[in-house]
Amino acid sequence: MTDAQPIIQIRNVSKRFGKVTAVDNVTLDIMAGEFFVLLGPSGCGKTTLLRMIAGFELPTEGQILIDGQDVSNVPPNKRPVNMVFQSYAVFPHMSVADNVAYGLKIRGVGRGEREERVREALDLVKLGGFEGRMPDQMSGGQRQRVALARSLVMRPKVLLLDEPLSALDAKLRAQMQFELSDLQDQVGITFVTVTHDQDEALSMASRIAVINKGEVAQLAGPSDLYEYPANRFVADFVGSVNIFEGKLTLDEPDRAAVDCPGISKVYLNHGVTGPHGADVWIALRPEKIYLHVPGEGKAVRAAAQDAPDGHNFARGVIKGMSYLGDITLYEIKLDSGEMIRVSRPNLSRHDQEDFTWDDRVSMHWRADSPVVLLG
Amino acid sequence: MAGLVQDWKAHKRPFAAIAGAPLFWLLLFFLVPMAIVWLYSFGENAGPADIAISGTLDNYKRATEWLYLSIFLKSLAVAALVTLICLIIGFPVAMAITFATPKWRPWLLLGIMLPFWTNLLVRTYALMVLMGTNGYANMGLGALWDGTSWLRVAVGMQPLEAWTPVQLLYNNFAVVLGLVYVHLPFMVLPLYAALDRLDKSLIEASLDLGAGHLRTLMKIVVPLAGPGILAGVMITLIPALGAYLTPDLMGGTESQMIANVIERQFKRANDWPFGAALSFLLIYAMFILIALQSMRRDKGREAH
Repeated sequence: MTDAQPIIQIRNVSKRFGKVTAVDNVTLDIMAGEFFVLLGPSGCGKTTLLRMIAGFELPTEGQILIDGQDVSNVPPNKRPVNMVFQSYAVFPHMSVADNVAYGLKIRGVGRGEREERVREALDLVKLGGFEGRMPDQMSGGQRQRVALARSLVMRPKVLLLDEPLSALDAKLRAQMQFELSDLQDQVGITFVTVTHDQDEALSMASRIAVINKGEVAQLAGPSDLYEYPANRFVADFVGSVNIFEGKLTLDEPDRAAVDCPGISKVYLNHGVTGPHGADVWIALRPEKIYLHVPGEGKAVRAAAQDAPDGHNFARGVIKGMSYLGDITLYEIKLDSGEMIRVSRPNLSRHDQEDFTWDDRVSMHWRADSPVVLLG
Repeated sequence: MAGLVQDWKAHKRPFAAIAGAPLFWLLLFFLVPMAIVWLYSFGENAGPADIAISGTLDNYKRATEWLYLSIFLKSLAVAALVTLICLIIGFPVAMAITFATPKWRPWLLLGIMLPFWTNLLVRTYALMVLMGTNGYANMGLGALWDGTSWLRVAVGMQPLEAWTPVQLLYNNFAVVLGLVYVHLPFMVLPLYAALDRLDKSLIEASLDLGAGHLRTLMKIVVPLAGPGILAGVMITLIPALGAYLTPDLMGGTESQMIANVIERQFKRANDWPFGAALSFLLIYAMFILIALQSMRRDKGREAH
């Protein structure tokens, strides 16, 4: 993001369908050249927001500016944005070349230039040589590339992608994630993608807006979103997390403590700036918890030496276990009766044999791992 | 049960038990009478109620004389015009139903299908009442005429001469109008089925790529609704070609269609062999239309 110019400005935009509010007073800027992702559960309003940028829905309230120009009442065929649809919407009665040339023909681009640009666009999406194919002779992944080429050939200011990877199988999806990022680097066009898949969002985005019930729950880069979620919704939606309720008992600039009866006294090596005695929540990612045999815990913790005794430490019994190859996921019943999820990387081939059902285990975590959530 | 019918080759006996009765029905009440009429077409009148099947082709020779051929061609022209008008009216109607909100759609479809629940004769007479010289159509036109006349007086111009009712019935216009009225649902339903199947994001994609609504309609919607349009055309054209009641009741002497001529042979003229020959020429014409359609469909399938 060398260019910090906002290409899309969404200002106090709301969209209501009858009594249902799909988008509720959203304000956000999308910068030129960034890979922006709207992430949220289905029905959260992210697609409505995208369709308002494309012009298929008009905001009930508020303004949308594209490149500084108010487009709130500009129809979709007059907007400098193009969209890749979830169903790809490749015209089934036209060849690949005709599909890609469709928009250029409308724009009145001459035959010679048109053919040149169609070939370039198809090469860009690695479909060179497919010009004469009909869409029903192609796989879903190839059809998606046609849809991409058809939009990119228009050289839009912004490319909108509605759930671009949802219909692909897992392998192809992972590959397309990289390809889309590469493609975006190559063409330098701003990409705005809608997805409900957090992996997709984290791997591709330069910035992510998490949408919940029509509102922006948090706007941040991928790692900030994961490591510093702003609220329980984001912590829970992005990645897997353990959340415990507690009371803030200590809050100083360089340390804080939260008393969580569900798990333990939680110690943090930074301040929280919350009111003393306030109800807060502690979010703890499963991979940030160390698992060990009781008794060994003290020694391991002594090596870390970042929390006072009796903090950041819990005991429980393994009640569930799933071996996922790269990691093993444990469901542990804490002594308080609450459940906690812990994941453990299988660093050697036999690591998954270290613990099994009904084993009594100890857990500890570093003082910079827990996140204190005020809402 | 479904499995039984699907594997009918493996279960010949239960399949025969299920399919036997309707097959017998069709054979007895459809194919046999058709065969009799077909045989009559090669016969000649041997007496007031006696037909000798002599294998003559005279009936067909007479049926292809210009007098009858011209009525044939005229019927085809009327049916084609009716189909075209139905298509022009029906396409926007089908589009409107497709894009109506889900709450409205069943009611609009009901509105299209409601006339089917009324007898054709009743509907035709109702239309005639509407279109008579003292009917509502003429009353409305008369009121407009009088209103215009009054306005002219009001702005200081000469009044129009007194309104004389227009003859709306008993002419070709009445036949075409009546046939359009009767056949419109046949056109709208297949068109709706085709348009409803159309992925709406294709339309949005066309708009997104800069196309206007008219271009999207011509380049995307119409080509993709092609099979539905063809089905609607056939399903309208064929019954319109054989229409009997509407031209009989609403047409004048010059607006006879082929079905009326056939009826006359069987009744007033009492010339069953000739009527049979005319009937079969009509049936052959319809067969050709259906064959053309299915050939087109097969070609379309091969292209994929």
